[in-house]
Amino acid sequence: MMNRGILPVLRNSIAWILSAIMFIPLLLVFVNSFKTRAEANGMNMSLPKAFQWSNYSIVIEEGKLIQSFFNSLLYACGATVGSILLASLAAYVFSRNRTRLNKAMYFYLIMGIAMPTNFVTLMKVMQWTHLINTQTGIILMLAASSIPFSVFLIYGFVGGVPRELDEAGIVDGCSPVRLFVSVVMPMLTPVLVTVAILNFMGSWSDFIHPLYFLNNSDKWPMTLAVYNFFGRFQVNWNLVSADIVLTTLPVIVIYLLGQRFIISGMTAGSVKG
Amino acid sequence: MNRAVYPFYFGVATLVVYSIFFVVPGIMGIYYSFTDWNSYTDEIHFVGFDNLAKIFSGEAKYLSYIENTLVFTISTVVLKTALGLLFAIMLNDGIRAKGFHRVMLFMPSIVPMLVVGLIFKSVLNPATGLLNESLRAIGLDFMTQKWLTDLNWAFKSIIAVDIWKGVGYIMIILLAGLQSIDKTYYEAAAIDGANFWQKLMRITIPLIIPALVVTTVLNLLHGLKVFEAVYVLTNGGPGYATDVMYTAIFKEFSTGNYGMGTALSSVLFVVMTVLGYFVIRLMSREGNER
Repeated sequence: MMNRGILPVLRNSIAWILSAIMFIPLLLVFVNSFKTRAEANGMNMSLPKAFQWSNYSIVIEEGKLIQSFFNSLLYACGATVGSILLASLAAYVFSRNRTRLNKAMYFYLIMGIAMPTNFVTLMKVMQWTHLINTQTGIILMLAASSIPFSVFLIYGFVGGVPRELDEAGIVDGCSPVRLFVSVVMPMLTPVLVTVAILNFMGSWSDFIHPLYFLNNSDKWPMTLAVYNFFGRFQVNWNLVSADIVLTTLPVIVIYLLGQRFIISGMTAGSVKG
Repeated sequence: MNRAVYPFYFGVATLVVYSIFFVVPGIMGIYYSFTDWNSYTDEIHFVGFDNLAKIFSGEAKYLSYIENTLVFTISTVVLKTALGLLFAIMLNDGIRAKGFHRVMLFMPSIVPMLVVGLIFKSVLNPATGLLNESLRAIGLDFMTQKWLTDLNWAFKSIIAVDIWKGVGYIMIILLAGLQSIDKTYYEAAAIDGANFWQKLMRITIPLIIPALVVTTVLNLLHGLKVFEAVYVLTNGGPGYATDVMYTAIFKEFSTGNYGMGTALSSVLFVVMTVLGYFVIRLMSREGNER
């Protein structure tokens, strides 16, 4: 081949350009979060003359971010723990005992992957259950909306856990609950970690549920707080940038730490064919 | 025996939570689509097909919501698949620091859509945004646009931002598909003198059909449910030129027209549930074979 010398260079430079296109907008926000208001006015990539760490303290105070941070943490953790528990229980019994009814129930659960949420009538349900504008309500809604995909992922994994383990457990006199908690659940750890990371990130990023159902700013998560902050401080891009960094940093850190699990979870089911 | 070891009640709580907070609202929505439910009065009247007639009988606004949603969905499906495949083929081999590039290209997918929207509100700002500034800096002034307020560009910009966010994810799935292809096929083809296109059309694409099906389904579901990208970038403007189903539903909701909001939502619900039925049946069958 004639072009053996040029092709790899070309490929590598395209790879670098693509990576840059993906990363520059994120870097832009990071750089501007350390500028003064005048410097950030242009929102360009020039470095700040002096690092304005005070932007962060201003944002945290003005945007009530400490409260919002803990709200987000509460919603994301609550929804993650709830959805994992619910999804793994259902996926486990429906996968192990494949009666007609259980197969239908599994199908019913994963239909939710395609179904859109009707937020208007969901409000009515929230009123009936007295959960509107409550933190419990948000957690339950987030958990419910992540059940379908979680069940799908865990169900596939349960099929790969040998039944002989269950039988050994039964011989040793495990109750059904004990069998699930002490024998099966530990075997599911890899998929549960993946599902936990995906659900945590999804719940942390969720914007639409609180937008519809939380009108009390004390209960706002980071996403809603940053949006509201943007509305009030649009001209101060340095502050908005700092707020964006604080909202995004947790997911980026989790991503960098757990990217192996995230990529395997998000590509699951796609390459088995 | 099985019933005792794997009791049905294990799954009951899951079914209850999922039904109450996910399925019931969807089904209730179909009933409320036929009412004039609103925030001004507690009485709810049955109005038959009034809402649906309004949506489908040519009141331009409502048809444009449907049209925009379809345009968004089709363009993101096509462009993300095409670009994702192109990038995947380029990055499949002969790349140094492959892990690094993979991390970078996937990064936008995990950033909250709301944050992406805010970032691009700055990047696409006509006066001070990074995009127009860069175009000016390299002497391409004529290409600068009012990306988010110009009628011709606003919707295209939204689609571009969504592609920026999602293409890395699609690429990763397709890359995994490419890596499962046996190299000997290509060697055999090379001996037979096949060129790049022939290899692509005869080997690569047929063998990654399963991955392509998955990415299409994911993009389709994502596209029909688009909300934040539009809400943050243009909030449906200029006028309602870029409104999609979910932003229109939110507007009806916040102005108190619950009946209309739920009617729009139900149209989406019925379409996606029917569509989903076939897709999910495919997915669950694959799961059972293993």
